[in-house]
Amino acid sequence: MAAARALRLCVLRLLLLSLLPGPTGAVWPQPQAQSSPPGGGRCPVPARRFRFAAAGGSAVGPGCAVLDAAFQRYWPLLFGRPTENEPSWETPCTELLVYVSTPGCNGFPSLDSKESYKLSVSKGSMLLSAETVWGALRGLETFSQLVGRDENGTYYINETEIVDFPRFPHRGLLLDSSRHYLPLRAILETLDVMAYNKFNVFHWHIVDDPSFPYESSTFPELSKQGAFNAMSHVYTASDVRAVIEYARLRGIRVIAEFDTPGHTLSWGPGAPGLLTPCYMGKVPSGVYGPINPIFNSTYQFVTRLFQEVSTVFPDFFLHLGGDEVDFTCWQSNPEIRAFMMERGFGEDYKKLESFYIQRLLDIVSSLGKGSIVWQEVFDNDVKLRPDTIIHVWKENKMQYLKEMANVTRSGYQALLSAPWYLNRISYGQDWIEAYKVEPLNFEGSPEQKALVIGGEACMWGEYVDVTNLTPRLWPRGGAVAERLWSSETVRDVEDAYARLVEFRCTLLGRGVQAQPLYVGYCDHEFGGV
Amino acid sequence: MGAASSGPRRRLCFPGRYYEYIFGHSRRRTRGRRPLAARGEPELFQLQVVIEAGDPGCDRHPHLTSSEAYHLTVTEPVAVLKASEVWGALRGLETFSQLVHEDDYGSFLINESEINDFPRFAHRGVLLDTSRHYLPLKSILTNLDAMAFNKFNVLHWHIVDDQSFPYQSIYFPELSDKGAYSSNLIYTPTDVHLVIEYARLRGIRVIPEFDTPGHTQSWGKGQKDLLTPCYNGGQPTGSFGPVNPVWNTTYDFMAKFFKEISSVFPDEFIHLGGDEVDFSCWKSNPEVKEFMKKQGFGTNYAKLESYYVQNILDIVSSYNKGQMVWQEVFDHKAQLKPDTVVQVWMANNYAHELSSVTGSGFTAVLSAPWYLDYISYGQDWKKYYSVEPLNFPGSEKQKKLLIGGEACLWGEFVDATNLTPRLWPRASAVGERLWSSSNVTNLQDAYKRLTNHRCRMLSEE
Repeated sequence: MAAARALRLCVLRLLLLSLLPGPTGAVWPQPQAQSSPPGGGRCPVPARRFRFAAAGGSAVGPGCAVLDAAFQRYWPLLFGRPTENEPSWETPCTELLVYVSTPGCNGFPSLDSKESYKLSVSKGSMLLSAETVWGALRGLETFSQLVGRDENGTYYINETEIVDFPRFPHRGLLLDSSRHYLPLRAILETLDVMAYNKFNVFHWHIVDDPSFPYESSTFPELSKQGAFNAMSHVYTASDVRAVIEYARLRGIRVIAEFDTPGHTLSWGPGAPGLLTPCYMGKVPSGVYGPINPIFNSTYQFVTRLFQEVSTVFPDFFLHLGGDEVDFTCWQSNPEIRAFMMERGFGEDYKKLESFYIQRLLDIVSSLGKGSIVWQEVFDNDVKLRPDTIIHVWKENKMQYLKEMANVTRSGYQALLSAPWYLNRISYGQDWIEAYKVEPLNFEGSPEQKALVIGGEACMWGEYVDVTNLTPRLWPRGGAVAERLWSSETVRDVEDAYARLVEFRCTLLGRGVQAQPLYVGYCDHEFGGV
Repeated sequence: MGAASSGPRRRLCFPGRYYEYIFGHSRRRTRGRRPLAARGEPELFQLQVVIEAGDPGCDRHPHLTSSEAYHLTVTEPVAVLKASEVWGALRGLETFSQLVHEDDYGSFLINESEINDFPRFAHRGVLLDTSRHYLPLKSILTNLDAMAFNKFNVLHWHIVDDQSFPYQSIYFPELSDKGAYSSNLIYTPTDVHLVIEYARLRGIRVIPEFDTPGHTQSWGKGQKDLLTPCYNGGQPTGSFGPVNPVWNTTYDFMAKFFKEISSVFPDEFIHLGGDEVDFSCWKSNPEVKEFMKKQGFGTNYAKLESYYVQNILDIVSSYNKGQMVWQEVFDHKAQLKPDTVVQVWMANNYAHELSSVTGSGFTAVLSAPWYLDYISYGQDWKKYYSVEPLNFPGSEKQKKLLIGGEACLWGEFVDATNLTPRLWPRASAVGERLWSSSNVTNLQDAYKRLTNHRCRMLSEE
């Protein structure tokens, strides 16, 4: 009843689609190349006899935690409710052989990791081959989506050949654990679902104005004074290690963001003297602003904190933030005004911001880390190292494409988030808008476009906590996942709808509270609800 | 808790769930009782519940005119909750449970207080849609709990619609056999009774809606020759439109069907729908066109719709049930019964519609500004809270005819995975608007209390 007329007409076709049985064995995100032999056969998969095994000659075999854990994890995902049915009249597919050509199992995935894989399923034989363990993980996920179940309860898989690799190497999801604390289980569950979607970067926006839940060993007062609750709403060192390892086993990089100099109110209580005291005329008003960029103590603090952060988080990159710095407090502070005059910055506070950021970038670089920054840092003409990654987030009537062009024309690598702010909910099937985004739809040379390394779906936390995170994230996040993994030519919305509906039902079957795309139902809907 | 007394020996007619709500989630439950002598503060030993009416209504169902007023006095050693009927006692218990709080040491405290409370509007509802998506029983029951925490007293169960027919009918089992999404996604008679009783124990009426003649695609799967066959150039197209108003068999079916509904659902009211009837299929059908001519309706299909609706109203009336209808039924000038309740849902100029409906002497229920399925970014609860239902041109007498409102959560994009966080605490804003006094409008104060209330609901679900 409720849908406005226009909306109803536009989804009428989708209504019909929603009532048809979905394409079984369709993979989300769609692989680069997938084919089945004509008259395509299927191979029964006997649940009780099935096993994963390292193929002969594989550089990676048993003892590799990444693969061992994956095999353990995928078995129940494949065979949720095994029955005794075992057909004897067809050659069954009892084994998935996994072949990895490059050794290496105990490291961390990186921007350069190869995630390609090939999957070959024919009568009685199945082979997954990949260059690295990370590719094997991607292939395992695909494999898990191909196994279906017929009316008799028998598991089967269609004969198929898949050659797959991601279009973009950086496919991320941002979670905000400062606006609302997210319990560990919420983060770990999100990592699981990210793996189902082939996301490979967890951008942990861990602290911000409202709270500082990160327990720092160098500065324990930061969370003691800055967390919502220093006992219950913090991430201990062991929590952080747990997240990093859980992510690693799923081929997901963890990029921590300690956003400065703005978005730092919660840092103040635990680090007196760090933030700028704002002034009302000649008197401090009692309110604080961004980090104070004029004191040496600031840079000593920042060096020590980032020293710790660099050790704790193994990824090469750190996200340094640098967004939305409000200059009014700086402008009100007499010491800062004096500093501005001394340095000849005049009234241009962007120069002061740049002064801070440049020193921060140097510090982080000297710690052997690469930097990702929000777009303001680029927009405000900060002197950047050539390998700095610019994160484009401002969305205003497609202006972000211009920004992508500017950033890449200046030679920097770019990440796109602007059209993918999943926290900005609205009525209806907004996944379609996210899906239709084309990151390379701007004027530029091929070399420029090659500088776009991917993007991130963002789930800012102002209105999100564990009570609504999962349904708000999924399956909408899946639209971004496919846009970042699949070929640019995969854009048909009706086809995507049918596959995403099916994928959402798969998520539900795996115990994920992914919300519906539109009217309808899933078979086996109420296992966990 | 305490003894309930109400006239000649009555057993406690509400269960002890409030004990669990108040003390159940104590952080210090394992510590056991602290010796209070050390604190030297007066203790509250008992909450006495007194129901004053000779017939408290314990074994009956709540209705539109039930008394929900209560008087709560909290002093040591015994607090007293007085209400005319048991429904008021339920509201008072909810209030009492919200007054008790825990200090940092695990002691339960309550401030001495005196509360005189009653609802501003008698009809305070939540609409759930179990056709666009099936909602498992657990979901519905959890929602009834949340409604009780917010003093809502009507569950408007939009149980069937185009997409699916989950209601298992006793007389017409094929309706759900063929019309439900699947055989396990149905509400059996036992399920329905469970919902009704669970609601009753919380002072919540269950008003079912069987929406016709539009919104009935799923009915046609299990009931042949009910829906209108659509035509194109003299040939049936194979698709169907609204219920066919020209066949006698339609009314035979509806009479039997609504007889069942009238006996299954104890509330005095049944919602008959009547919204968004698309005339194009009727216009294409030769029999319908013929009928229009015979009846002298010309080309005014609204007259045909009213003809149909009036027949249904008569049928349902004959079973001694009152009717609720969506506003189109009134707008298209069907002849309503004097006590028909008109639900105003179209957002455009709803104040004007309220004037028209009440100006014509009909009772109205407001939903237009409270379509909670229309999500948007930010604190939209504020706009729901800021609605003033009586802000429409009309006399005092007219305004009395607005008996309340309903927050609607249509199910196109809602199922058990996201229902609770989407509905609550946004619906709480509507809950206060319908219960509390018209001068309770301060948003900052409401924000403080609502954040608190939200945390409380979190621990109770």
